[in-house]
Amino acid sequence: MSDATVMHGASLSSAEGRTPEARVAGAMSGFAKEIGALSAFRLESCIHCGICADACHFYIATEDPQYTPIWKVEPFKQAYKREASAFAPLVRLLGLKREVTTDQLVQWQHLLFDSCNMCGRCSLICPMGIDVAALIEQARHAMFDAGLAPKELYDKAAHQQLTGQPEVSTEPYRDQLLAIGARFKVDIPLDKPEAQIMLCVPRTDIEHYPSAVAALARVMQHLEVPCTFRSDGLVAENYGYYAGGKEWQREISLRLIDQAIACKAKMLLVPECGHAYEVLRWEAADLYGKPLPFRVLKVTEFLAEELEAGRLKLRVAAGEATTFQDPCESARKGGVIGAPRALMKAMGVDLHEMKNHGGFSFCCGGGGGVLDIERAAPLRYRTMENKLREIDDTGAKTFLTSCSDCRRTFDDAQVHFAWNKTPQSLLELVAANLLGTGTP
Amino acid sequence: MNLLDFARGPALKVAITVFCLGVTWRIVAFALLRIRFDLNRPRASVFKYLAGGMLTVGSRSWPHREFIGRTGAGEALGYSYHLGLFALVLLFTPHILFLGSLFGVTWPGLPSSLITVISVLTLTLFLAVLFRRVTSPVMRMLSNFDDYFSWFITMLVLVTGLAATAHIGAPYETLLGVHILSVDALLLWFPFGKLMHAFYIFPSRALNGALLARKGATS
Repeated sequence: MSDATVMHGASLSSAEGRTPEARVAGAMSGFAKEIGALSAFRLESCIHCGICADACHFYIATEDPQYTPIWKVEPFKQAYKREASAFAPLVRLLGLKREVTTDQLVQWQHLLFDSCNMCGRCSLICPMGIDVAALIEQARHAMFDAGLAPKELYDKAAHQQLTGQPEVSTEPYRDQLLAIGARFKVDIPLDKPEAQIMLCVPRTDIEHYPSAVAALARVMQHLEVPCTFRSDGLVAENYGYYAGGKEWQREISLRLIDQAIACKAKMLLVPECGHAYEVLRWEAADLYGKPLPFRVLKVTEFLAEELEAGRLKLRVAAGEATTFQDPCESARKGGVIGAPRALMKAMGVDLHEMKNHGGFSFCCGGGGGVLDIERAAPLRYRTMENKLREIDDTGAKTFLTSCSDCRRTFDDAQVHFAWNKTPQSLLELVAANLLGTGTP
Repeated sequence: MNLLDFARGPALKVAITVFCLGVTWRIVAFALLRIRFDLNRPRASVFKYLAGGMLTVGSRSWPHREFIGRTGAGEALGYSYHLGLFALVLLFTPHILFLGSLFGVTWPGLPSSLITVISVLTLTLFLAVLFRRVTSPVMRMLSNFDDYFSWFITMLVLVTGLAATAHIGAPYETLLGVHILSVDALLLWFPFGKLMHAFYIFPSRALNGALLARKGATS
């Protein structure tokens, strides 16, 4: 992005020898051509009732109409109507929809990236049944093609696509992983030529929560399932997804897919990372071009399966009132809602659900890459206030989640608001309460 | 040829032709776009996700408990005027006779006095809907010509129908002619604007619901 052009606070790349205007025009035309029947149907079905606003925490916190979820795809609807709708020639001939301008799209960067966690809550409220979040994801692709992905996300995606890591680290993650094993006295299975399960890890855990990495290794060691991390496919996060770079998302996913195939894994285990689950479980096969030759499970799902099969036994954990943050990408959008609760029940956790929980939970506020966008912080904090209130209202002393990005977002809130709760990992709680052989 | 003959003769034929061709084209046009198939392993069986789609058709008719405080009143308003319109179109005896002449089937209608009450109520709800659209910052921002014109043309049908039934302002035949002309106008506009949601609503709920159910996602 050395050749990035800064316009109104947005990074508009003039790469590929094209002017920003030409890139925007190309991206919008590409969006319309590639839209597909399903997205076109979704765009056409909108009746402009505005009800989706009432599901979005950005709107609820601010009452600012621009945060209405379906409004976030307005320029894309405009492009679709002009270029690919049933009466597109008529629309162009009569000038019923104008071409999307560069300035317009630059303004929309705030709406599509800074103020959208891609959490999918808006998709649950639409009386027409429209999956608004799916449209927003597609709009992010066009923003990326227009050179309008926020710099923080673009840079991390570019770095990850090139190196496998979203940013430069003091030591390679492989070495950090082994150091975590040594520090926590747990075996880190690495680069085994064959394994039943391939593991990956959020780089957030490597950098911020090494105890969660150790917990994953400890649980797998306890279950005695042949598994391995792979040096060439370690990182669970996918900044291509956040930035809207579909091709980069594919390449980043391929690192993991290729490594899982290389070690003949029957399962790719997604750690406590919400969006990694969405990317690998629900999008990777489409980008790979065929069904994946292995299962993709989130670690909580896997452990719940092991629990049900009787291979995992857990002892009762300390009896403090506890609440649980459902990560949107794996819970609401991915269907992993019962598994974490089954684990908590097995440990006798005194669960106090938030007013909005499970599939209806509010996002932590950091999802969709928002946590990484520096300028989005004031709005993110404003949005989080409602979430923190819901957590406080449960009266819980312990606060669990199963997403490292949620955890980091709440850690940040703890500092910002001088909030009195520290988010903890459900996986770490499981690792601390293993019963039977290998119990620490 | 007087106004009534024109309205229910050539004008109606043109309107019905445009309506049928336009609606068909709006639906067929989707099929000409790229259709992607989800290659990710479904969480649920085909039966379960089809059932999920069907369930969503019903469940989206009313807001989930989590949303009802914020959206219940607005949705109730929306559904109320739709119910009023359905009652007027399908349960008013002259309409039943007209539809019977087209499709060969008739059914019992509501008494005229009740139809008048429903008409006035629906008209009031229609005005309330417009008031809401122009006063709600979110709806005002989202609204375009399509929203207002679709409202206007439906309102026109309602008002002219009420005038014809009440014999207000002109001879009955003229009022009926104007009413049928307004219906012709509605049919002509139908395929070009948001009135198409009448055809989209249930397939849209079913399709999106089935895709979410395929993932085991909340719907």
